[in-house]
Amino acid sequence: MSNRVINILVPVISVILGLLVGAVIMLVSGYDPVKGYIALWNGIFGDAYNMGETVRQITPYLLSGLAVAFAFRTGLFNIGVEGQLIVGWFAAAYVGVAFDFPMYIHLPLAILAAAVAGGLWAFIPGLLKAKLQVHEVIVTIMMNYIALHTTNALIKVMSDGGDNTGTIHASASLKSAFFESMTDFSRLHYGIFIAIAMVVVMWFILEKTTTGFELKSVGFNQHASQYAGMNVQKNIILSMVISGVFAGLAGAMEALGTFQYASIKSGFTGIGFDGIAVALLGANTPLGIIFGATLFGALKYGALNMPNEAGIPVEIVSIVIAIIIFFVACGYVIRYFLEKTNKKKEAK
Amino acid sequence: MTKRKFGLGLSLVLAAGTILGACGASDEEASKTVDEGAKKEATDFSIAMVTDTGGVDDKSFNQSAWEGIEAFGKENGLEKGTGGYDYLISTSDADYVTNLNSLARRDFDVVYGVGYLLEEPIGTIADQKPDAQFAIIDAIVDKPNVASAMFKEQEGSYLAGVAAALMSDSKKIGFVGGMESEVIGRFEAGFIEGVKAIDPNIEVDVQYLASFSDASLGKTTANRMYSSGVDIIFPAAGAAGNGVFAEAKERKTKDANANVWVIGVDSDQYEEGAVGDTNITLTSMVKRVDLAVQNIANEAMAGNFPGGKTVTYGVAEEGVVLADSRGAIPQEVLDQIQEYSDKIASGEIVVPETVE
Repeated sequence: MSNRVINILVPVISVILGLLVGAVIMLVSGYDPVKGYIALWNGIFGDAYNMGETVRQITPYLLSGLAVAFAFRTGLFNIGVEGQLIVGWFAAAYVGVAFDFPMYIHLPLAILAAAVAGGLWAFIPGLLKAKLQVHEVIVTIMMNYIALHTTNALIKVMSDGGDNTGTIHASASLKSAFFESMTDFSRLHYGIFIAIAMVVVMWFILEKTTTGFELKSVGFNQHASQYAGMNVQKNIILSMVISGVFAGLAGAMEALGTFQYASIKSGFTGIGFDGIAVALLGANTPLGIIFGATLFGALKYGALNMPNEAGIPVEIVSIVIAIIIFFVACGYVIRYFLEKTNKKKEAK
Repeated sequence: MTKRKFGLGLSLVLAAGTILGACGASDEEASKTVDEGAKKEATDFSIAMVTDTGGVDDKSFNQSAWEGIEAFGKENGLEKGTGGYDYLISTSDADYVTNLNSLARRDFDVVYGVGYLLEEPIGTIADQKPDAQFAIIDAIVDKPNVASAMFKEQEGSYLAGVAAALMSDSKKIGFVGGMESEVIGRFEAGFIEGVKAIDPNIEVDVQYLASFSDASLGKTTANRMYSSGVDIIFPAAGAAGNGVFAEAKERKTKDANANVWVIGVDSDQYEEGAVGDTNITLTSMVKRVDLAVQNIANEAMAGNFPGGKTVTYGVAEEGVVLADSRGAIPQEVLDQIQEYSDKIASGEIVVPETVE
């Protein structure tokens, strides 16, 4: 077996293994796995509406995955994507509700507000890390809670004690009448183009600019980078800010695309935390993140159809989806076994 | 090569499964309607609901709605599933619209959104599906194809407050709210008002959890309240309120003489409070979501779906009532509560909706 075959085989085997173990779990708990997987398939590809919603679900995952991956490349673990996403969500919704401009100013302004809010929220842990060596994991986790409850309070003030900012003006909306008519009123919006553009931006920054080279270099070895004359502190802050900008944009997707408003949240959205898995599945590369986000978004959205069509309880569905992702993430183990058997054959 | 062929085969199987699966389902549906049509006349009527993030077994609000739907289904000989009655659980805010859409596409005659969190999603979907009928509980959506049901929680909570004030030994009472909102605000306002009506000197400790699902937070809050001398807690916090029950039961298990009580909310939570032979549930402020759900379903089945209308259930409509205390509250206290109940029903007492 050549390397190329193994590269193709590993993800295929891991998905099949995941599906099989998931099937066993459904079987053991007394549900029909075939029916379940057909429902999952239909939930993702069943018709235009579901396909539109699947892409809609993938959009914020792309951006949250990029955010985690970008910081990772500079050796930083940004657990705060969730918080940066929430402040971005609120900032975009605020600009969308509070102002009334023509669309060519309003929409970019709302998106920019989200990016700036996310960037600022990530700047604080970046600064603390660079100047005082405070570990970014602790700071970003705490910043998540601050973001959640601060935005909740702000929404409350904004809406006079209500629980919702109200719907944004149409001039700030990413909603697409064209997509709606094509996908039977799914919430698919133009944000997907922004997300894909950002994938290209990340690739460009990392691979084609000096800044990107420095960022990666700091990620590989801080001391060597410093010795080579790079400003490590500046690069750490910059990396966190860019990561935060991606996260803020993910929030803008929710505010201006999917929901059209920001409401008081009783807990985290989970998109930021799932971004960690998306980034790791995609090996922190831009192209890999497209794959990771697609898998995550599709499974997550398709899973909704399993209780709907096959009558499997959400709890079992969550386990099955987690197992599929688990096996995909364990690709390395499968690769190890494949290579081992390969060597044995060659020895003979 | 063989592996690749296997992959191709797998995708073919999946694709075939999709197509065949679709055929199978439609056949089944067709035969089912014929069968049921022969059995009973009105059985082509079907209803379904979407829960908020509390889930269908929150022992409270969503569960009460589901019980109403089940009762309606059994009454009319329906079966769980498409063409009968069903529910979908939302695990995040993003799921509301999708779940409502899924149910509307399965052609349920009335699709319920349970909880004020579904207000915007119901509005969105009602515009997109003008031919489908929707209903919302605890919020008002002014659309011709949406029926709204509201509750005067303040009236029921007032009675709960009266009961708590009359029964409290320590003269300290607790209120645990979920997230600050208009609905929970009505619980709080009514409860405090009821307590003050009996004895203005009683201290009411009000705490909000900022969550409807975090039971552990409910438990710590209850722990703090009971430790500070509170003897009766009224939680209005959905599934998070189960933590209050857990704390009270723990204290009662440790010390059979512990003077701790909980007033249940939304459903009759007597079962929740059982500790061996005793029970820590004083009574429950029952919000008859099941009644509202069934009323809307019955009207819709009779052909006059109350679209665009809002029905408000108060004490007078028996939409908010105190549950049977099973002996926890003595008869003379019950009589006193009944007096207040009558006064509210007749309009003599008007309970405020917000805390002053």
